[in-house]
Amino acid sequence: MRSEKLKDIKLSTIDYRLFLSLLLFTVYCLLSTDVHALDVKRTVLPNGLTVLHSERHNLPIVMVTLFVKASPLDEPDDKAGLANLTAELLTEGTKRRRAADISDEIEFIGASLDASTGSDYISVTLSILKKDVEKGFDLFSDVLLNPVFPQEELDRKRELIKGSLRQREEDPSFLAERAFKKEVFGEHPYGRLVEGTVETIGKINREDLRRFHSDYYLPNNSILSVVGDLTSDELNSLIKRYLGTWYKGSIPVGKKNGITELKAKKVIKIDRDLTQANIVLGHLGISRDNPDYYAVSIMNYILGGGGFSSRLMQSIRDEMGLAYDVHSFFVSNKEHGVFQAGVQTRNESANTAIDEILKQMRRIRTESVTDHELSDAKTYLTGSFPRRLDTNRKIADFLASGEFYNLGPDYIERYPDYINSVTKEDVLRVARKYLDPERLVVVVVANQSKANIKIE
Amino acid sequence: MQRLRFVLIFLLLLIPIAIHAEVKEYKLNNSLKVLIIEDHKAPLATFQIWYRVGSRNESTGKTGLSHLLEHMMFKGTPEYGSKAFSKIVQKNGGIDNAFTTKDYTMYYQIMASNRIGLSIELEADRMTNLIMDPKETIAERSVVMEERRLRYEDDPQNSLYEEVMAAAFKVHPYRWPVIGWMSDLASIEREDLYNHYKTYYSPDNAVIVVAGDIRPGDEIEKIRASFGQIPPCPPKRPLTSKETEQMGERRIYLKREAELPYILIGYHTPSFPDEDSYALDVLGMVLSGGKSARLYKSIVYEKKLALYAYADYSGLHNDPYLFFFAATAAPGKDITDVENALYAEIEKIKKEPPSGHEVQKAKNQVEASFIMGQDSIYIQAMRIGTFEMLGGWQLMEKYLDGIRRVTPEDVQRVAKKYLNEDNRTAGILIPTKGRSEK
Repeated sequence: MRSEKLKDIKLSTIDYRLFLSLLLFTVYCLLSTDVHALDVKRTVLPNGLTVLHSERHNLPIVMVTLFVKASPLDEPDDKAGLANLTAELLTEGTKRRRAADISDEIEFIGASLDASTGSDYISVTLSILKKDVEKGFDLFSDVLLNPVFPQEELDRKRELIKGSLRQREEDPSFLAERAFKKEVFGEHPYGRLVEGTVETIGKINREDLRRFHSDYYLPNNSILSVVGDLTSDELNSLIKRYLGTWYKGSIPVGKKNGITELKAKKVIKIDRDLTQANIVLGHLGISRDNPDYYAVSIMNYILGGGGFSSRLMQSIRDEMGLAYDVHSFFVSNKEHGVFQAGVQTRNESANTAIDEILKQMRRIRTESVTDHELSDAKTYLTGSFPRRLDTNRKIADFLASGEFYNLGPDYIERYPDYINSVTKEDVLRVARKYLDPERLVVVVVANQSKANIKIE
Repeated sequence: MQRLRFVLIFLLLLIPIAIHAEVKEYKLNNSLKVLIIEDHKAPLATFQIWYRVGSRNESTGKTGLSHLLEHMMFKGTPEYGSKAFSKIVQKNGGIDNAFTTKDYTMYYQIMASNRIGLSIELEADRMTNLIMDPKETIAERSVVMEERRLRYEDDPQNSLYEEVMAAAFKVHPYRWPVIGWMSDLASIEREDLYNHYKTYYSPDNAVIVVAGDIRPGDEIEKIRASFGQIPPCPPKRPLTSKETEQMGERRIYLKREAELPYILIGYHTPSFPDEDSYALDVLGMVLSGGKSARLYKSIVYEKKLALYAYADYSGLHNDPYLFFFAATAAPGKDITDVENALYAEIEKIKKEPPSGHEVQKAKNQVEASFIMGQDSIYIQAMRIGTFEMLGGWQLMEKYLDGIRRVTPEDVQRVAKKYLNEDNRTAGILIPTKGRSEK
């Protein structure tokens, strides 16, 4: 329980220590030398909170992103959905405010305050005008530190989640994706929806939410990223004032989430009255810290990640006219990742589309890509990088994510080297290593009698 | 060459912040209008070209022409070759895309600002030199049919939207979907597309918006060099269709495989810059501008009748359009109760004007969204272009001004004037084959 963990430093009483810590831990990283340099200051506060701050005074706005390692990776399997419910209910009642007060106060000033759940962390984001930043931090800290998880709000949210799970059954891509993840990741949390299931969220009670919040919503388990029209002094005083009572605690020992690799190909057919077959195929991929991440990025760009420049798009859409959308991607998370390709085509063309994807997977595993393909992929990936940082909102999210995945303070500078050092041999090697057309999970949501799927 | 230049900096008394960036306006001899926003926060720029053509300019039997033409615009010219457009942009580190609406078609790229000259060359080239190979046209037609299956045929709620539009409008071309009807798509030939292209793709029918880390003086010279020699086309025939006044509710039922009942209602309303449009916009926000707004609070939160409920005034159209209400019933709830709850909220506002707090909130939301929108060069350029399509980018200031003037009584007045039974089209999705929860 909370009280047992609060023996640590109390931030509000140690202004001098906060100051000291700034001197000791602050790293100024000048991320580029041109006029668009992104100046980021990284600080670890005495309570363990990592703070990333970039001053940008071009607009009177402030963007805040907080990551907390309180994701489905940390919840018990039989209460799947706990992490998501906890995050969703942050804004539905605190010691000082009812749910309706929170939404009214934040919306009245044209700001937004949202919590959402990803595979590896939950994030709380605040977008606010500079003139309202005090109010914004007040609300932000209130929902973060003082949520009370009222029973009626829990009941209400649970019913809304159940309803939305039901409604999404209408969406063929949702059905395909859900079945695919379950098959690839099995019992691992990556294999399920962050919402959990009707059954598991039915078991979650207020005490579970309170405990999960007090166990995991700790400063030393979080990353705070602030970008916008705010000086260091202003930020420090906001943190002191609004997060001063956020105390360090001991983070529960992580549980082991095992993954079993699939041994053979598996085909799942879901029958619906549809005009199109919605096809998802793939298998396990790589985690974010895999050193082959960059070679894989290039390989996938050429295969199916590069929009109109990709082989899948060129053959299946441009030449064969079989689909509006065809793509492949690797999602690389902390504990593992996934490779998947997807296409929607009329039921009758399902087999042709699947065959073509398999053909392209085999081809990139057997023949080297061309010099042109390699260099086009590199110039795209390096050249488009600044676009990932072209708004204060994107910068705030990027900094938090870079910290979470340990990309290093000089990541922005080094990224072009990571990409440019990849060779054709690397691309071939990672295609052989990380693509396996013989051990795929294939999910087809379609009118099965028309699709008549041949692959087994 | 004639050069018009307006520099407008808005100094607002109440808000000490510029609500949008400075816009420089130019017009070439061939009537091509160019709007440039200088913004040096990132080493990037966006180039957008807006054509005044959309499904509004189509006719029965050939619906979907504008959108299919948008697809064909990526298929190549003699200069750059087949299907090269996006590849060239991407290998220069940029992204590109396009979209078609009922009123206009917009193409854009976002790239390093020092390469934006490439956008200018590519867009000027495809404004006149499209090949439109017959075989590629046929292939792209099937791609769009797949897009239609994806977006409409297999999506119950979007299908209902098509039904409601087709019933709400009987005269005006807003009645058909931008993507077109399936049988029309099947009948579109290369010649149809080429005529459409030659009619609407010309400098006098287009507007360029550039925003980002660029110098307007340099960019306009490049634009002049690439676009300046393209001749204007003869004036287009203006659209004369006018929707007649609706005199009685229209009801639609759609029965198909789905999970939950869904209702979509449209009321005919005038579009911006009609004097009533500002109050209608505020009305939309009072009803639906977040979780603190009336529909969520009453129908989702308190009565628990719906999973979500929203209102949306779509006033940014060239011709009169609709004020929408929509809601998905919560499992086990009756869609009739949902519908009645929506009407109850409408009646409430007709009886009593919204509070000053609610109206002020709506105004604050608009102001904040304009300021936050400046975080992105793409959104800035989008805003300018959207208002330009409605008659002139300066209308943006008129819009903000109009919103600031709205009173609670105005909101009540427009609710009374437009949200009436005889003026509405209500569509209900009735799920067939109820499956048990999984």
